[in-house]
Amino acid sequence: MEQELAALQLEAEAAIAQITLLEGLNELRVKYLGKKGLLTASLRNMGALSAEERPRVGQIVNTVRDVIESQLAAKEEQLRLAALASRLAQETIDVTLPGRTFIKGNVHPLSQVQEEIEQIFLGMGFTIAEGPEIETDYYNFEALNIPKDHPAREMQDSFYITEEILLRTHTSPVQIRAMEKLVPSLPVKLICPGKVFRKDDDATHSPMFHQVEGLVVDKGISLADLKGILLEFARQMFGPERQIRLRPSFFPFTEPSAEVDVSCMLCGGSGCRICKGSGWIEILGSGMVHPNVLKMGGYDSEELTGFAFGMGVERIAMLKYGIDDMRYLYDNDLRFLKQF
Amino acid sequence: MRVAYKWLKELVDVSLPPEELAEKMTMAGIAVEKVENLAQSLDRVCVGQITGMEHHPDADKLWICQVDVGTETRQIVTGAQNVQTGDKLPVAMDGAHLPNGVEIKPAKLRGVPSNGMLCSTGELNLDPQDWSERSQNGILILPEDAQVGQPFAEYLGVDEYVLELELYPNRADCLGMINVAREVAAIAGGALHLPAWANGIEPQLPAGEVATKVTIATPALCRRYAAMLIEDVKIGESPLWMKQRLTAAGMRPISNLVDITNYVMLEMGQPLHAFDVAKLAGNQIIVRPAQPGETIVTLDNVTRTLDAEMLVIADQDSPVAIAGVMGGLNSEVTADTRSILIESAHFLGSSVRRTSRKLGLRSEASQRFEKGVNAANLVAVLGRVATLVEQLGIGRAVGPVLDSYPEPLAPVALELHTAKVNALLGLNLKDEQIESTLARLDFAMHWAEAGKLVVQIPPYRADLVVEVDLIEEVARLHGFDKIGTTLPRGVTTLGKRSREQGLKLAAKKSMAASGFTEVINFSFSSPKALERLKLVEEHIWRRQIKVLNPLRDELSVMRTTLLPGLLETAARNVSRRNLDLTLFEQGYVYLPTDPQMLSLPDEIYEIAGLACGTVPKTWNQAQVTQDFFFVKGALQSLFTDLGINNYSFISVKDIPFMHPGRTANIMIRGKVAGFMGELHPEVVEAYALPGNTYVFVLDGPALFAAAEGKVKFSPVPRFPAVTRDIALLVDETVTVEKIYRSIRKVGKELLREVRLFDVYQGQQVPKGKKSLAFTLNYQSGERTLTDEEVTKLHETIKATLDKEFGAELRQ
Ligand SMILES: [Zn+2]
Repeated sequence: MEQELAALQLEAEAAIAQITLLEGLNELRVKYLGKKGLLTASLRNMGALSAEERPRVGQIVNTVRDVIESQLAAKEEQLRLAALASRLAQETIDVTLPGRTFIKGNVHPLSQVQEEIEQIFLGMGFTIAEGPEIETDYYNFEALNIPKDHPAREMQDSFYITEEILLRTHTSPVQIRAMEKLVPSLPVKLICPGKVFRKDDDATHSPMFHQVEGLVVDKGISLADLKGILLEFARQMFGPERQIRLRPSFFPFTEPSAEVDVSCMLCGGSGCRICKGSGWIEILGSGMVHPNVLKMGGYDSEELTGFAFGMGVERIAMLKYGIDDMRYLYDNDLRFLKQF
Repeated sequence: MRVAYKWLKELVDVSLPPEELAEKMTMAGIAVEKVENLAQSLDRVCVGQITGMEHHPDADKLWICQVDVGTETRQIVTGAQNVQTGDKLPVAMDGAHLPNGVEIKPAKLRGVPSNGMLCSTGELNLDPQDWSERSQNGILILPEDAQVGQPFAEYLGVDEYVLELELYPNRADCLGMINVAREVAAIAGGALHLPAWANGIEPQLPAGEVATKVTIATPALCRRYAAMLIEDVKIGESPLWMKQRLTAAGMRPISNLVDITNYVMLEMGQPLHAFDVAKLAGNQIIVRPAQPGETIVTLDNVTRTLDAEMLVIADQDSPVAIAGVMGGLNSEVTADTRSILIESAHFLGSSVRRTSRKLGLRSEASQRFEKGVNAANLVAVLGRVATLVEQLGIGRAVGPVLDSYPEPLAPVALELHTAKVNALLGLNLKDEQIESTLARLDFAMHWAEAGKLVVQIPPYRADLVVEVDLIEEVARLHGFDKIGTTLPRGVTTLGKRSREQGLKLAAKKSMAASGFTEVINFSFSSPKALERLKLVEEHIWRRQIKVLNPLRDELSVMRTTLLPGLLETAARNVSRRNLDLTLFEQGYVYLPTDPQMLSLPDEIYEIAGLACGTVPKTWNQAQVTQDFFFVKGALQSLFTDLGINNYSFISVKDIPFMHPGRTANIMIRGKVAGFMGELHPEVVEAYALPGNTYVFVLDGPALFAAAEGKVKFSPVPRFPAVTRDIALLVDETVTVEKIYRSIRKVGKELLREVRLFDVYQGQQVPKGKKSLAFTLNYQSGERTLTDEEVTKLHETIKATLDKEFGAELRQ
């Protein structure tokens, strides 16, 4: 009896080892462990054993069952893993095939840069003021301390609609309009983005372009404050290592006036092609608001001071993206626009 | 203004080399655009002398010359036939890059080594007329006094640097060397060496017979008119040093007298003019406006017709010069002239500018008058002319100087408060520091009290008018780099976009998310931009505002809609084979409020777009052709993103440039807020677009007014939904919108969603009919719906559709 059981175990083990399909495994389970299976059959012979032997042989039968069951289970797991592995192998794809195309549009690079500039100043507590693109002579010139015979208002520089109405040549008239609306509340702290128009057309000038100007008016505003705000802008726009420098300049509506250079973002200041070897790149004009302009805006030029600055969005965009000809920005060639 | 460095050094002690000086001046407010080294192209060219000549053994026309260049004797082969032994001439040695671009290297000519080149005037970019007869055809033969071995640039006197100033309009004073020197002294330090006349000291002239009478008829346009008589005039050539300086400053030497007037203009910034006294009828100088239609033949031999706005200098009979602009031929100084009247005047800048523009005549003189000259110094300037006239032996200046100065300028003094300087600049300067800074400008000043300086403004600094102008002087001389960086203190302000600014930005992002690419076209366009749109005569888009002085005709009217710009941009892209286009633009269009343009126009924000071509096929996606519903879908997304709910699309057939069967008006809150649809095939053809093209134009204000921008939360349904489909056959004229409305009316709040999932016309569908299939989603927020109540509601909907549209229901 014991020998029979040992032989049965060996036979079952050999049979399990040879199985390659899950179905075969089930057949073996039935054959050995089923109700009519071989092991069950051997149990039936237990009756012939003595009362002392029965528990011992019973023990052996259980051991053999356990062994066969565990071998069946192990084999089953092995076959399942093999089947899974083979399925996964068959499902392999070429991961280098291109992905599904989503049609993506682009916001114009000038709009993107303008938004970025706006965002920086919004973060510093400025609001955004807007005004008409077709302006009166008064707001575009006179209120900005540019009297009738100033060279800046020559016909060759401005586009006129009538003698008194023209396409604004800068967004500065918005500063006057905004002051008129805000007076006497303080502080005035705003930027004026928008389209402006001048009679120029070449690789670095476009008859229409975009400006962002800024204006701060309050008690105790100084040129040092202007430098602080512009340094912060330059660093957010062009990188945290940037420095700025102010060069004395002239604008009728500010005094003192300064051109502002930023240390070259390409060479860091050591000199390269972009900065023409100087290490500095001019990015905007600025100054302390001329007392006459404060008066025109309705504010007390004795008590209050302010600063103003203005930059060309095109120039900033060209520096940021390395565009060397302004005309690309208005050509609207899809192959250009799709790069941004 | 071109500032010759050596000349400058005569007027002020400068120790800085030109480049460093330029940098320093720029950083102190006198911008130097570039520094030009005049000698650069004459490097390695020197004066040589031929010590021996022989024929080339193998070439008749070549000479082998031995040339002494000072340090050595070089063998040079030349083909020139105008040279002989003993001649002095310019020799270019190896390494020279000549002004005409030629580079010199050692060479062999027909086997004979040649170490350099003898140069002609052409090779050195010199004017042959300035040189001897023998130099005209061949090598430039130098005068005997040339020093062998001397660098040729030094010989020519062009071993000079020129600082090119880019002057701001307020610093016209620096159009004269004297005032540039004053600036340099203030900026870089160094003592000034200015002659007395530079400080306004007027000349003592020997008395003569000055018979000319000066009258200023319009003092508003001519503040002061001074003139000086020169007798026994001998017109000839100027000395070399004067020619060299004029040339370095960018002026052409002409004759001794003209050169003097130009030279003094360069020194003092004051333009001068010379009249032949004998030619002044009645010996009269009258400064008056021209009579309308009056003519004058100017020095350039052109007849100019004048108008009453132009100021002239006239004699008893007629104009002899256009004031500040150009002289007349009738009073021109010629070789026969014996007596000359030199004019030194102050004409109103704006008047000179208007006149020179109108006549298209601009000169060094007119530009100086335009920017403003120093009226206080006119007589002193004539004194300088007198000195030079005598020095050069041109003639004899005699007095008295004629001087008409109806209203002399009062001296200007400005107060400067230390506290204001510090507050405005963010500095902490003491009184002494401010004083020592301004003292560099050589201004007279005194302290009225502690912290209050009174500064006398010299007449040449007419740009200093108010206190801040002086504060700027302190800032630029003290150095902008010494000012710190702070941030404004005070009330905290919130930076935020207005509602409308936010919506404009949201619209751009929404359009881009739907696949549209933003373009930016010019706000002005061609008057013909609308021509291809077949608009009726009274269409509002035709009310284009004209630009008086456009850059060119294509940019001569203000746009009234974004559509033509988009179409032109599309056409341009198509011509470059960019065929698949989805474009949009946002911006203002302009409509007059008044036909005479007496008031500002309306500026209306528009959003417009265009789609044509396809989304190309890829390996796993079929090609998609743009159609009406692509654009409509994008607009629906836009409305969703802006929070606009109450909108509909209604068929419109009478937009002349649109396909009558494929165009919809976009209704928002019951009003037309724009249109969209397929462009009329004839318009597509007119713009040479590749095929069906879809466009939309939206009115910004209507959109923004309706944009609620509010998202209201509604609870996520907790009870299951039941889905039922309806398929029906209706007349093809029945719009889906109507069926939707019917279904919703019956379904009420239990009908959560209706979705059209199929539209079919063709085989199996009778002609004139279309088959539509909808999915209806029933759901309650309060309970699970029973099968019976859903079935009942669904059947009611079907029955209603049957009744209202004669819909034949299909299974
Ligand atoms: Zn650089």
